[in-house]
Amino acid sequence: MENLEALADEASQKIQAASDARALDDVRVEYLGKKGSITALLKGLGGLSAEERPKAGAEINRVKALLSDQIQARKTDLENAAVAEKLAKETIDVTLPGRGVDSGGLHPVTRTIERIEAFFGSIGFESVEGPEIEDDYHNFEALNIPAHHPARAMHDTFYVSDNTVLRTHTSPVQVRVMENREPPLKVICPGRVYRCDSDLTHTPMFHQVEGLLISEDSSFADLKGLIESFLRAFFEKELAVRFRPSYFPFTEPSAEVDIQCVICGGEGCRVCSQTGWIEIMGCGMVHPKVFEYSNIDPDKYSGFAFGMGVERLSMLRYGVNDLRLFFENDLQFLRQFA
Amino acid sequence: MKFSEQWLREWVNPELNTQQLADQITMAGLEVDAIEAVAGDFSGVIVGEILVAEQHPDADKLRVCKVSDGKDEFQVVCGAPNARAGIKVPFATVGAVLPGNFKIKKAKLRGVESFGMLCGPDELELGESTGGLMELSPEAQTGQDLRDALGLNDKLIELGLTPNRSDCLSLRGIARDVAVLNGLAIKEPDCSPVPAVNDEQREINIEAEEDCPRYCGRVIRNIDISQPSPLWLQEKLRRAGLRSIDAVVDVTNYILLELGQPLHGFDLARLDGGIRVRLAEQGEKLTLLDGQELELRNDSMVIADEKKALALAGIMGGKESAVSESTKDIFLESAFFAPEKLAGRARSYGLHTDSSHRFERGVDYELPMQAIERATRLITEIVGGEPGPVVERTTAHLPEPQHISLREERIEKMLAMPVPAERVETILSGLGLIVEQADGGWAVTTPSWRFDLAIEVDLLEELARIVGYNNLPVKPITDSLEIIAKPESQIGVSDVRRRMTALGYQEAITYSFVDPAWQKAMFPEAKAVPLINPISADLADMRLSHWPGLLKAVAHNLNRQQSRVRLFETGLCFVPEQDGSLTQEATLSAVLTGDRLPENWHAKGEKVDFYDAKGDLESLLKLVAGRDFRFQSGEHPALHPGQTAEILLNDKVVGRIGALHPSLAKQFDLGQGVYLFEIKLAAVTERQVPSFKTPSRYPEVRRDLAVVVDRKTPAQSVLDAARAAAGEHLVNLNLFDIYEGEGIDPQRKSLAIGLTYRDSSRTLNEEEVNESVGHVIRALEEGFGATLRN
Repeated sequence: MENLEALADEASQKIQAASDARALDDVRVEYLGKKGSITALLKGLGGLSAEERPKAGAEINRVKALLSDQIQARKTDLENAAVAEKLAKETIDVTLPGRGVDSGGLHPVTRTIERIEAFFGSIGFESVEGPEIEDDYHNFEALNIPAHHPARAMHDTFYVSDNTVLRTHTSPVQVRVMENREPPLKVICPGRVYRCDSDLTHTPMFHQVEGLLISEDSSFADLKGLIESFLRAFFEKELAVRFRPSYFPFTEPSAEVDIQCVICGGEGCRVCSQTGWIEIMGCGMVHPKVFEYSNIDPDKYSGFAFGMGVERLSMLRYGVNDLRLFFENDLQFLRQFA
Repeated sequence: MKFSEQWLREWVNPELNTQQLADQITMAGLEVDAIEAVAGDFSGVIVGEILVAEQHPDADKLRVCKVSDGKDEFQVVCGAPNARAGIKVPFATVGAVLPGNFKIKKAKLRGVESFGMLCGPDELELGESTGGLMELSPEAQTGQDLRDALGLNDKLIELGLTPNRSDCLSLRGIARDVAVLNGLAIKEPDCSPVPAVNDEQREINIEAEEDCPRYCGRVIRNIDISQPSPLWLQEKLRRAGLRSIDAVVDVTNYILLELGQPLHGFDLARLDGGIRVRLAEQGEKLTLLDGQELELRNDSMVIADEKKALALAGIMGGKESAVSESTKDIFLESAFFAPEKLAGRARSYGLHTDSSHRFERGVDYELPMQAIERATRLITEIVGGEPGPVVERTTAHLPEPQHISLREERIEKMLAMPVPAERVETILSGLGLIVEQADGGWAVTTPSWRFDLAIEVDLLEELARIVGYNNLPVKPITDSLEIIAKPESQIGVSDVRRRMTALGYQEAITYSFVDPAWQKAMFPEAKAVPLINPISADLADMRLSHWPGLLKAVAHNLNRQQSRVRLFETGLCFVPEQDGSLTQEATLSAVLTGDRLPENWHAKGEKVDFYDAKGDLESLLKLVAGRDFRFQSGEHPALHPGQTAEILLNDKVVGRIGALHPSLAKQFDLGQGVYLFEIKLAAVTERQVPSFKTPSRYPEVRRDLAVVVDRKTPAQSVLDAARAAAGEHLVNLNLFDIYEGEGIDPQRKSLAIGLTYRDSSRTLNEEEVNESVGHVIRALEEGFGATLRN
């Protein structure tokens, strides 16, 4: 049986030396296959005596099992190594940027309007739009601004014809809403407006959001409450807000709304001209004449309206220091709001 | 309206400092725009009198002056050209500190000692440089501190008045509000009648009765116009930004500021007969005070004599009849012109004056008599003269006080708080209203100076503003909690915008008015809406499309080293229709140019082409799944003739897409391929609400075909024909390859089409599928001369 031991040693060495699955299988066939040398030994048992046979058989089977185990172990090793090698090969630089389109972004004006719409939308205001080339009646007259009214000088109007203008505010949309719907009403009207003025702080086109609420019992206190909570929500700050008397032909009483300067916190700075206050919007109770123009009974209904400049809110919110940037569409500017 | 704080305090003097006063009136609706000191910060400057002025021995331009402070004499070297004996000037004595902390010390100028400095207005921050010394009135008291002599410890308060508050275009009006706010009374100036000393008068005829409801006139004889206005008057005018001219003009200007009544003084010698207040004759000529010659229209009102127009009523006097150095007798005018008639008239002549500003907004119609008396008193005090009687004419068109009923419950309802009856009465009567108690409230009569009070809410505003808006209650808004219906079939524009940004586009907002040259180049056949008064020639036409504006934005960015640009915009386009109407179409447009992907490590820098644009557009259209969008080859003057498609929805053109025409790209200096699309927003904001179909549990069968057709055959039509022929079991049709080139007739192309079949209730058998594929092949053979590719 020295032969068996030598054979086993030789096989073990070959198993360990096998460098891949195929080589390993060759070793298995050589020793354990049908014509393998270990198998041959088993076949040769018949030539032994009955006394020797069981012992020799057991011995051969032990070696056979041992080699089988070794082959299996080697096989697992080889497989693991192959996987490891594959994984190593597949390793990539995970810090490289991924593939794909970069995404764009909304214009800061749109972003601001959408925020305003969300605040008012959450308390039931519907967003309504209307024409930008507007007739004199809706832009002025129905808002209690007759021809030659000094208030017209407050609006540097672009004319398309004698009685057609580029709307100077989004209030005509409110008029159209009042004409076409029955109160109670809660709408906001965002959009482009136009004034014939262009310098450092004016562009001939800008955006407004105006709002209108009409009900049977709205008061100045409701207006104050709504505006205050809107401004605090918009700037995410417990700002001081003040209302001071002003004049708009379509509201009475009318108010200008100031907020505590968001740049300096009310200490006084260049933005607020050292006053600590920033004029942020106009508002007031709807003028009875405006109701009359739109056939709403001023004794039954009361309401209020408000309006704000979107660029101004946007500039204060994001710290933009030059109005004209809004319409240059420079990617360096626009991408900041993506 | 700019006024001197000191002057206001002569009328009413609340115990408030300047800032408190400014805050108070701002919160009452008279917004303070600015507060400025009337003079710089200086001390040690007195009224000096130059006794002697002699040439400096060693300097041509210097003079050696002897200056008196009333007690002693000082030698001062001075370079001002107007330094001469006999005048009084600001004298900064040794030890004085001028603005900018400039200390005056004893000095030696070219060998001559100088004890102090004589000053010009600019050196004291009292005004612009006059190139010399500031000459003070001879009546100034020599030796007095200049700040006291001129009352310089004063502030100028500038109001940004709203157009309704014409009553505050005077000291008196502002004082009224300040008095009510502080519960004080105002000190009125003397407007009592100045008795006539002769019978001299001119007849007054008001022919323009509606335009001029009241006209008062008075002759003053024998004035000495050479007498200068007193220092106090000059100083008040200077602070309002007005120059002293002569006593008559100065007094009329003063009363304009003080009482708000525009007055005019005519040289009586230039008047032919009586005064006619009439409308101008068409083409009548008048040379105004400022030298401008006007050709008048017959809607304008003039003050005329019996022969000629003298003045443009309520706007500006005429040159010829103006008071001059030779004037001896004057005719003083004090009138009320109807605001609604005068409105816009000055502007129509390109004019805007202090007078027109006030008359257009409304001047107290009971004021002319008071004002003419006050003016007479002041003029005769300064330049002497003998006044005649005041002639007053009124017409039936004089405004009347408004009678308004004010309901107590309405106050509480609108302001959300009660205002005690007594307070209501104090406020309103303090503002000059006549208040009488009535059932449930008050009967109120408005004063002649408030043109903005006509109805009940006007009074509510007065109450609110005097009580203080900030003292009114604040309520959280409450309302019924109704759910707002929101149709699921409607997509918000915000969803559309977000899809575009997800596709890599940056939102742009371009002006709605565009460069007519660019627009004309892109839309040569379309007529745009022009503006009558554009802000500039390159923003003169309303846009027909967003494209011209977006291309300008692209150009802007390409010029700034941004070679990859993707922009979109939403908004209205303004398209005139054949019938003369105008469509304001909400549109979405986009432009893309440059690399397909941002510069990266994985793909080489391929440029975008038509199919990138179309792919983005199709992604967008997927927002409104279920709508039948189709593309067909089209034409557009702005687009490449071979790369233009129309977007159809239900067979109507709703948009277009294509490559910018290369010749336009060249014209606009865009040195790379630019692709554009636009689509009506309505087409992408309405979708179908999903309607469930049971998913099939049976397998699908796929067959692929490669057919060879003419190169020019649009793939879409081949697919349409295949779909039509395939029958009901076809669930998907896909074009997965296009081949032109080797192995195929150069005039033809191969299209590889995948057909997917499935039935919802059973497995399809081989024969059925084969039959359908057979139909497709036959249809393509017949329709397009298609052959199967091997």
